[in-house]
Amino acid sequence: MIATVTSPRFLRAILPALSLAVLLALIFYLNPRTMSYVGLNLMLNLAIPIALATIAQLCVITVNDLDLSIGAYVGFVVCVAATYLHQTPALGVLVLGAGILVYAALGALIHLRNLPSIVVTLGMSFVWLGLAVLVLPTPGGKSPEWIAWLMKLKPAYIPFPIIAAAIIAAVAWFALMRTSYGSILRGSGGNPKAIERAGWSLLKTKVAMFALAGFFGVLSGLSLIGLTTSAQANVAERYTLYSIAGVILGGGDFVGGRVSPVGAVLGAITLTLSAPFLTFIHIPPDWQIGAQGAILIIVLALRAIIDRVERRR
Amino acid sequence: MSWLQRIFEKPWLWSFIAAFLVWLATIVFTRGQGGGELLTAALTFATFFVIVGIGQMFVITLGPGNVDLSIPATMTLAGSVAMKVMDTQDSMILIGLVVTIACGLAVGIFNYALILVLRIPPIIATLSSSFVILSTAIAYGRGLRIKPPPLLAEFTTVQVAGIPILAIVVTALAGAMGVVLHRTIYGRSVLAIGQSLRAARFAGIPVERIRFLTYVLSALLASLCGFLFSGFSGGSSLSMGEQYLLASIAVVVIGGTSVAGGSGNLPGLWGAALFLFLVQSMLNTYQLSAGLRYLATGLIIITVITAAGGQKTQR
Amino acid sequence: MSGGVEPIVKLDGVEKSFGAVRALAGVDLVATRGECLGLVGHNGAGKSTLMAVLAGTLRPDSGAIRIGDEDLTHSYDVVGAQRRGIRCVFQELSLCPNLTVAENAHIFHAGLRGLGWRRRSGKLIIDKLNEIFPGHGVSPNDVVGDLSIGRRQMVEIARAFSVTDTPLTLVILDEPTSSLDAYVAGQLLGFVRRFVAGGGACILISHLLGEILSTANRIIVMRDGKVVAARPASGFTRDTLVAAMGSVAKGETSANLAAHGSKRSEGEPRARARAAAQTDERELTAYRGEVVGLAGLAGQGQTEMLRKLFDAARKKSRDATVNEPVALVAGDRQNDGIFPLWSIARNITVGSMRRMLRGILIDPKREDEMAGTWRERIKIRTPDVDNNILSLSGGNQQKALFARALGSDAGIVLMDDPMRGVDIGTKQEVYEMIRSEAAGGRTFVWYTTEMDELRNCDHVYVFRNGRIVADLPRQEMTEERVLHSSFEEGTAPGHAAAP
Repeated sequence: MIATVTSPRFLRAILPALSLAVLLALIFYLNPRTMSYVGLNLMLNLAIPIALATIAQLCVITVNDLDLSIGAYVGFVVCVAATYLHQTPALGVLVLGAGILVYAALGALIHLRNLPSIVVTLGMSFVWLGLAVLVLPTPGGKSPEWIAWLMKLKPAYIPFPIIAAAIIAAVAWFALMRTSYGSILRGSGGNPKAIERAGWSLLKTKVAMFALAGFFGVLSGLSLIGLTTSAQANVAERYTLYSIAGVILGGGDFVGGRVSPVGAVLGAITLTLSAPFLTFIHIPPDWQIGAQGAILIIVLALRAIIDRVERRR
Repeated sequence: MSWLQRIFEKPWLWSFIAAFLVWLATIVFTRGQGGGELLTAALTFATFFVIVGIGQMFVITLGPGNVDLSIPATMTLAGSVAMKVMDTQDSMILIGLVVTIACGLAVGIFNYALILVLRIPPIIATLSSSFVILSTAIAYGRGLRIKPPPLLAEFTTVQVAGIPILAIVVTALAGAMGVVLHRTIYGRSVLAIGQSLRAARFAGIPVERIRFLTYVLSALLASLCGFLFSGFSGGSSLSMGEQYLLASIAVVVIGGTSVAGGSGNLPGLWGAALFLFLVQSMLNTYQLSAGLRYLATGLIIITVITAAGGQKTQR
Repeated sequence: MSGGVEPIVKLDGVEKSFGAVRALAGVDLVATRGECLGLVGHNGAGKSTLMAVLAGTLRPDSGAIRIGDEDLTHSYDVVGAQRRGIRCVFQELSLCPNLTVAENAHIFHAGLRGLGWRRRSGKLIIDKLNEIFPGHGVSPNDVVGDLSIGRRQMVEIARAFSVTDTPLTLVILDEPTSSLDAYVAGQLLGFVRRFVAGGGACILISHLLGEILSTANRIIVMRDGKVVAARPASGFTRDTLVAAMGSVAKGETSANLAAHGSKRSEGEPRARARAAAQTDERELTAYRGEVVGLAGLAGQGQTEMLRKLFDAARKKSRDATVNEPVALVAGDRQNDGIFPLWSIARNITVGSMRRMLRGILIDPKREDEMAGTWRERIKIRTPDVDNNILSLSGGNQQKALFARALGSDAGIVLMDDPMRGVDIGTKQEVYEMIRSEAAGGRTFVWYTTEMDELRNCDHVYVFRNGRIVADLPRQEMTEERVLHSSFEEGTAPGHAAAP
């Protein structure tokens, strides 16, 4: 029993849930008013777009790459949603669909030319930023009604963000961890040579994962526009850092294809709560950004410790 | 075909040629007016790209996975701290420089501690440390725009026959760093590690020590750039480093350094820096918006790296 | 061997060369149903190359390949091999460590999709594990990366033997028991015997001759890229097998070897080290001017010993002391040796950068001097030392790596099987260089997989299972003794610890 509890696999799986519980407890202690439907709803609203962006990043990390453009991409989607999707829905859908195709094309490009995804996605972050600014040069725009309605739902007893997060986690978990092709996708990150030898196409797996990332990125942007009052190109600037932190906090590895969708969603929620938490402990606004970088560092430090335990066995 | 072949053999030549073509295209639009001023402006601003480009180049040359994403934050930190310490006094310039170097050292050590102790991939380490560094800059500087000492401002802006003195100094710096790369034990070690980490280890090269020195070097140059840029632009601001993240990587890649590591290209940094500035100003001249500028920069870097390709062998 | 049985796999006159090295010099191989074919041979005999051709990962230079009725000489590849039921269990794992056992089974059996696929894949592999390794302790939802190496090997083997819609024609087992303990290894061999008795076909490669003799129906002995003996297993004994693997020139007595004064008496050893798995008192020592050989089958701990010595020169080590600077000549020159973007000269001087300094800068003149000197001494065939290193042939590249090590100030030069795949002319030149350097006082610790090279050594340590099993000064070193030590199965357990 002791062996299971202290086994690295267990620690790795429990870390996101544990850190979420600890953070939630601290928040309730600091500000008991948050322990209410309204309080939770307010704090966790933004968890939805962040969780979706985290799942997008998870797809890319599963195939041993990294997406440094997810923040800019979500910002682009927000701007498109606030303009085209609101005014001429058909055009909006087309543009967003094209965005997903671009992501798929990037996956193909990275695979075929053996390019480092860091540099490519860093370049893409400027492409998305530029496109977002072209679409919406100054903050403004308006959210499509149906999205705003969805995001403001108030189901009984359980705040909407919690339900939404549960659905996201369930869908991602099912698609990646339960389906047969999902195991092939993850396998292509764990031992690409073996997957290829067995006759599967590595090009297809890479393209599939990047396209999924693009799809979840779109969902992230759509949910975000329903929550913010006005859109602007850099509204999701921090999402790159959050999404990476969320995947790692959730028990994922940068290489090797070992990821946990449920853990990633829990990690995303934890990071969402870090913002109100920092406010409640009166971190001066100057240090807010730094604190969030520090959180990523702490998360990685914890993981490094767990990995060292793992290696010593 | 041989002269064409020789051009393709020297990748850094492309960047100069490309820069020249862009300059030409801009002049065409203005019907020949202001060519000289444009060149001067290009040299002025490109200088700062080159300073950080040198540091980024050494990091990237260490091999795949090595990128320093904390350069903009380090620039901002050094700029804010130095300006505050100097407090517009010429007599404090030397102290300001010392403080700048101290910032660079601190950041470099911090970054490498994350990489070595916590085993974080350099990209993530420098990404997360950049947030911490930026916060430190904000907290310290309180966003106040302190003017630089007049002597510093003068040094960074003075020109001789339309060429900024700073550009000449930085060209000399780039030249010196080129010698460092190819003719010192440190530089050769960096090139060796970038070509084959295992072979470098077996050849007796102290890999960790070299990597540490390189990340410190990059932070030092970023600090220096922040110091000088603050002097140039009348004070430090929190958004000072914004475009330097992509710019530092762009000038390295476009300048002909391979992202696979093991081959650094210093002259190319200048060509690429000029090219980058001239593209932006050309887009300005053609009255294209900020959005298109971002778009163009991103597309250029993707095109260049796609053309260059990635690692030859599958790792 | 049952008469008149159609061969399921037939290789005819297969040849394969890697540059100057003839890995396969015309090999015929026939595998039939109901037979376990044992394949034995010393290092470099060609076993791995032959299996790679059979598995479709390597295309032969010439020769015919027939699987069943089909002539696949011109269109054979890995996917084709898989589809025709040729399964391999190699030493390098083909499992995905991040997936569970059941998910790994699915990778090779794409037909197992749809509802309940996980349960069916899991059942497939667990049933097979139960059949081969009763009491295995593996559950279908275990993540492979979390399993011990022994259990991973068991899953790998079970996966190779499992059948769904893809046929199972032939299973190649390459050293399958290397990560298994004695009990589990016994289970596997018992299963193989039952498998072929029931009509299956199997090729078994092992350096544990007891396994081959007890499990194979027919044994093929390879040497130098050719088949030198092919008989039913009953026609062999341990001794005759070992004899067949050795070279034709037998009866080497110590009298034939050149009289050789031992270097061992001269003072303190320059290096001493204990192998990690050593249970007795034996340790490696190397003296001034001595050429120490590390022998035995490939991968039995020799490389680890070299690494230990290399690291001990840099920092304190528990079980090794090295009193001189060391240099290493790598065997895998592409990954561990050469710097592909650099010139020949720079590749040579990188080991001696400190001596090239003039002030704080490296002096190009001194570099050229050093490169030129070594090009002469070790006879590197190139018109210009400033050409890129890849312009050299493989053998000359290896010479450049030697020059790097010999040109440094290292008192001990470690060599990790560097002459593998190098032509005979180059080899002779390098051996001469080693001998003259040793005469000048340099120490060499030389891991080689080729018997002939050991003749250059003053003292030989034979490795097996990660420890030194024989300690042979030159006078006592014969090919027979080395072979016997390499293949000997003593009373000590010959397998890894229990999973």
